Amino acid sequence: MASSQIVRNRMKSVKSIQKITKAMKMVAASKLRGVQVKAENSRGFWQPFVALLGDHPDIESKKNVILTISSDRGLCGGINSTSVKFSKAMFTLSASEEPAKYVILGEKGKVQLQRDSKKNIQMVVTDIQKMPINFTQISMIADEILKNVEFDTIKIIYNKFGSVVSFLPSVATIPSPEVIARESEAGGKLEQLESYEIEGGDSKAEVLQNLSEFQFAAMLFNASLENACSEQGARMSAMDSSTRNASEMLEKLTLKYNRSRQASITTELIEIISGAAALEAAS
Amino acid sequence: MWRRQIITKTRAVCRASSASRAFADKPADIPPPVSDAFKDAFKKAAPNLQLPKFPSQFMKPRPPVPGTLPTKLTVNFVLPYKSEMDAQEVDMIIVPATTGQMGILPGHVPTIAELKPGIMSVHEGSEVKQFFVSGGFAFVHPNSVADVTVVDAYPLDVFDAEEVKRGLADFTQKSAAATTDSEKAEAEIGVQVHSALSAALGLS
Repeated sequence: MASSQIVRNRMKSVKSIQKITKAMKMVAASKLRGVQVKAENSRGFWQPFVALLGDHPDIESKKNVILTISSDRGLCGGINSTSVKFSKAMFTLSASEEPAKYVILGEKGKVQLQRDSKKNIQMVVTDIQKMPINFTQISMIADEILKNVEFDTIKIIYNKFGSVVSFLPSVATIPSPEVIARESEAGGKLEQLESYEIEGGDSKAEVLQNLSEFQFAAMLFNASLENACSEQGARMSAMDSSTRNASEMLEKLTLKYNRSRQASITTELIEIISGAAALEAAS
Repeated sequence: MWRRQIITKTRAVCRASSASRAFADKPADIPPPVSDAFKDAFKKAAPNLQLPKFPSQFMKPRPPVPGTLPTKLTVNFVLPYKSEMDAQEVDMIIVPATTGQMGILPGHVPTIAELKPGIMSVHEGSEVKQFFVSGGFAFVHPNSVADVTVVDAYPLDVFDAEEVKRGLADFTQKSAAATTDSEKAEAEIGVQVHSALSAALGLS
């Protein structure tokens, strides 16, 4: 019967979707295991800088740069939209004499931010996860950004990996060497820096510059690893719920198919029996 | 009725504990390092979003500045891919600052030191552990905590003397033949690292 054929086709496609999403979940789980170890090991790397300079998201700064970390591939739940929402909020917050600028890592962030903030995007870096993320690669990206973007502070927006089901949007602040020098004078936020002796380099400014650049690379490294973990975790739960939905849909379709199949069998039987009964009544 | 009470109680507990579950590292009680003005401005800019988290909320709290001179130095030695030493108490460390080997004892004056490639040694009682470190930074804080962050570090026994000699010769030649500024800089970095390595291994 026509409708049972249609239902059978639908069942075939839903079953194949279920298999695909189940496989994607397994792949995401295995990738997560790899990146999670790296992310947890990198968590100590940025802590000395925050211990020294503190964490001051509301430090005074005119040229603000918002660095959004997003994924290149989709099907990873809501983490990219969350990052973009927080980036837009920080963008509005950092509006001073000149509007803030975006530096975007990852294709999905670029697509979403291009829609309404195209003229504020200064730099886009994609295809970061073609190879597993390592410090050399991140240092090169950090170098490119530092060469081409002028900033007073960079705010890195990423999803910190809490657990497989929890991703915490976070904002890390990196002040430029000029801001550090300015705030380390009396009354500034980094007052405690004055009591530190500086060893090495030709001048304090040079050491502060190297410090700021190293801090940026360290923070960016941890942030991209955490975001990659969150991406895999979000993809796992998205694919898991997709698999569950597909199997529910399959159950409903199976019932529908059986019902239509039984209905057609019953109709045939009725025709045969009523035909036979009519013949008997006639004879 | 008893079952419904259990269900509502567990639902309430789940909602409360979801904010402070002890997984991975959660920003349990550390308040966000922002002023109220920032929080209000954020609420205005994004009324549907909760305040984001900040890295200082994920840090383990640091010990306070002690009143008397401490007996031990707490060392955090971190690399991008692992934490070699995490809050380990030692007697002294010697780091290769750009101005020369710098010894750090408990109660050292707060310092920010830029490091060049060289040997770092950690003295604990009678044992001395030596690492060859690449460039990086060392901070000594007023609370006798020393942070050493470097790009890479290895114990001395993994280095092959032949390779080091070959590398040094190679880079010295490249440095002589270099034309552009970047080539010269790269070759000089190579020479610096390899000569530090050969000095560390006691070769030349």
